Amino acid sequence: MSDHVEWSEPEAVASPVSAAVTPADTADAARLVAFGLQPKLQPARDQEYAELLRRYREDPPFARLADAVATGLGLVVLEVSPRAGMAVTAAEDSVFAVRMGDYARRASADSGDRFLHGLAHLAVAALAFPRPEDLADDGYIGRVSVNGVDAFVRQACRRLEERAEEQGENTDPATDAPGLETAWRIWARRSSAGATKDARRLAGSTTGIVGKAAAFLTDSGFLQRTGDDAGGTYRTTARYQLQVRDMAGSAALAELLELGVVPVTDGTASLLPADGTDDLELAADAGLPFHS
Amino acid sequence: MTSPVSTDTVPPQLSSAQRPAQGPAADEGLARRLRALACTAPLHDLDVRKANLAGEYSVYGMAEVALAAIDLITLNMDFDTGADHDQIVARLIPRIAAQAPRRPVAEHERVARWVLENLINVGSVDRGFRAVYGTFAPDGSYVRRDYDFKLIEEVPGHGGSVYLRTTDEAVNVLVGALDTDVTSAQIAAEVKLEVLISRGRLADAQLAAEQARYRTVQYSETLRRALDATRRNVRAVDWLQAVPDMIAEALDHVADRYRHENAILTNIRKARDESEDPEQKRRAAELVEIVKDCIRRHTQLQSRLLEAGPLFRAEQDRQAFATPMTTSGIDLYGHLVAPVLPLPLEQSLRVTDAFFARGTGFRTPASVRVGDLVDLLLTPPMEREHLGAEMPEPDLIATPDDSRFSEEQLAVAMDLLDLPADAPRRLSGLLADARRQDPELPYLVALLAVHAASPPVGTAYRQGEERLLFAVDDGVELDDPEFGGADLIVGMALLDVAGMAAGRTEAA
Repeated sequence: MSDHVEWSEPEAVASPVSAAVTPADTADAARLVAFGLQPKLQPARDQEYAELLRRYREDPPFARLADAVATGLGLVVLEVSPRAGMAVTAAEDSVFAVRMGDYARRASADSGDRFLHGLAHLAVAALAFPRPEDLADDGYIGRVSVNGVDAFVRQACRRLEERAEEQGENTDPATDAPGLETAWRIWARRSSAGATKDARRLAGSTTGIVGKAAAFLTDSGFLQRTGDDAGGTYRTTARYQLQVRDMAGSAALAELLELGVVPVTDGTASLLPADGTDDLELAADAGLPFHS
Repeated sequence: MTSPVSTDTVPPQLSSAQRPAQGPAADEGLARRLRALACTAPLHDLDVRKANLAGEYSVYGMAEVALAAIDLITLNMDFDTGADHDQIVARLIPRIAAQAPRRPVAEHERVARWVLENLINVGSVDRGFRAVYGTFAPDGSYVRRDYDFKLIEEVPGHGGSVYLRTTDEAVNVLVGALDTDVTSAQIAAEVKLEVLISRGRLADAQLAAEQARYRTVQYSETLRRALDATRRNVRAVDWLQAVPDMIAEALDHVADRYRHENAILTNIRKARDESEDPEQKRRAAELVEIVKDCIRRHTQLQSRLLEAGPLFRAEQDRQAFATPMTTSGIDLYGHLVAPVLPLPLEQSLRVTDAFFARGTGFRTPASVRVGDLVDLLLTPPMEREHLGAEMPEPDLIATPDDSRFSEEQLAVAMDLLDLPADAPRRLSGLLADARRQDPELPYLVALLAVHAASPPVGTAYRQGEERLLFAVDDGVELDDPEFGGADLIVGMALLDVAGMAAGRTEAA
C-alpha cells in the first residue's frame, strides 16, 4: 500500500520538475497504463512492463503522469507494484466498466437473476478471503471451487431457514410482492445443477451462475484456474485482493449501511456465526432433512 | 406484508364479530398441511397430464412410477454424490414394463424419462415446483404465499456430471411423517426386525428391514452435511469438546449398528438356510442383501468419521497458528454476506449490485478498424464440407384418381337427397330415381342413406348447420334388384339454429 501515490503529497517536489515532461515521457506513461489494461499480463514476464513499473516507483513525476493518464481514461489506480503490476480498475461510468446487462442478459429483466449473479460474485470473494486477515495479508492466496461456493451459500441459506423455522416465521413470500421475498430463499430454491442435452453446465443453475462468475473473474485477471475438480478450482491474484479490499467491499458495505443495516462483529473472522455450537446442532437435531 | 384486501373493505362490525380464523397459531398448522399436500400434487399431476402425451399412455400408472423413482433415488444416494440418472431409468424400466408388457422397450424408457424429468420439473428455471396457498396474517388480513419446493434435485458430481438426490420434501412424501429422532427411530426399527425374524415372520421383517435402511440412509445424509459444515469452518466449532464428542458418539453409533446388523444377518442367514418354503427362502435372501447394504453404508460412514480428525487438525494448523495480521476491517462474510441474505430482495439487490459494479474489474471495449472490417467483409465465406451430399431431386409419380364415384355423381346424388323437410321419401323410390339417371348412382345413394341412419348430430350441432339428413328403419323390407335390407325412410330435419347457438354459448 506504500506504493499508493497520494496526490497532495508530492506536490511541492514535483512542481519544479514538471517542466521536464516530454512527449516521450507521456508516451511511456500511457504505455504503462496500457500494460495495466491487460490484466492477465504478469510484470515478471515482460521486461518493458517491469522497467516501466520500476520507473513509476523511482520517478515521482513519471508516476504522477501515469496516474493522470489513467484518471483521464476513466481508470482508478489501485496499486503499482511488481506483484500486481499496474493495477487499475474502471471508475464508475467509465467506458471500461462492466454492466450487469452485458454480463448476463436475463439479469436485466429478472431481478432475482440479477441478485443471484451479484451474490455469486460476493460469495466467491467471501470464500476466497474467509477471514479479515486474509484480505489484509498481501501474501495471501485464496482458493475457491465453484461447487464449494455454491455449497457455502446454500449452507448459509439453510441456517437462515432453520432459524426462521425455529422462530415460527413463515418465509414463503406473498404472491403479489416478489420484491419482499427474502434474499436467501432465491438462492435456496434455484437448483444447484441440472442435466443438459449437451452435457454442459446449466447456465441458470447456481453452479452455472458461480461458474460464470469465476470464468469472468479469470478473464479479469482476478483468478487463475488451477483444476477441474469440484466444478473448477481457482486461486486468487493480487489484483483481486486489491479490488475486493479497496473497491468492492467498501462500496457494498456503504450501501448496506445506507439501508440501515449495521453489521456488528468483533473484528475476528465470522465465516461462522458467533455462537459456535450452531453447526453441531445441525448434527445433533439430525433433522436437516427431516425437520417438521 | 399485508394483502391488498385490507380490512376497510369489510364493515368493521363484521370483521370483529366473524373472525375468519382462530388466529395465526391455528393457521400455521393449516399452512403446514397445505404445504405437505402441495408436495403430492406433482405426482397426481403426472397421471392427469399423461393424457396430453402423444400416444396412448393411460395404461401406465405414472404416480406409481414416480414413487418408485423417488424410492430408488433415496436408496441409491451415495455418501458423496447421488443417484445416477441413467441407472435410475434402467432400474425403473422393469416396473414400467410390467405395467404394459406388450409395449416396446423404447416406450417404457420414454415413460421413465418423462416421469423423472417431470419430478425434476425440467421446464422451469428453478427446476422446482411452486404452490400458492393463503394464510391469515397476525392483523387478520389474508395473504397469499408462494411455497417453493423440489422433489428430486440435481447436484454436481465429479468431473462435471450431474447426480440426482431426493429432497426432504420427497422423503416426507415417500415415507410419511418423519418428525421423529432419527437415532431412536432406527433403534426401534431394528428391534422390531429382530423380533419379527425370531418369530419367523419374514414378510413383515422385510418391510421393517427396508424401513431400517431408509433410516440408515437418512442418518448418513445428516452426518454428511454436518461433516461438510464443520469441515468448512474450523474456528466457530468447539474443537475442544463438542466436535470430538460428536464424532465419538457417531462412531459408537456405527459400532452399535454394526454389531446389531451382523447379529441380524446371522439370524436371517440361518432362516434362509433352514427354511423349506421357497418363498421364505427368497425373502430371507432379499433381507440378507438389504442388511448387507446397511452394513456397507455404515462402514462408509465410519471411514468418513475417521478422516474428520486429521482434517480438523490440518485446518487448525493453517488457520489458527499463522502470525496475526493487521485486519483491513472488512470481514466479507460477517459484514456483507451474512447481513445481506436475510434482507428482502429489493434491498439486498442494492448491495450485490454495488459489489458487482466494483468487484468485477474492467473490460476493454472492442473497437473495429475500418481496414480490418473491409478485409473481414470481403473474405469469401468458408466452404462448408460437413453439410453432406446433395439431396437428389425426388421423383414424384402422379397417383391415378381411383375414386369410386366422380364429383358430378356426388352432386347429382346430393341433389336427389335434398328433400323438402315435410316430405320424406322411401329409399326404394330414391334408388329408382337414381337408376334412371345413371346406373352407378344407386350405389352412392344407398351409401349416403345408410350413413344417414346414424346422422352426425353432434357435428351439426357444433357447426350450427340448419339441415340434417336422416334415415329411419320402420320395418318395411326393401324390394330392389340390386340391394337388400330395410326400405329406409329418408328425410331432411330442420335444426333450430338460434336455439343451438344459445346452447353453445351457455355451454362455453
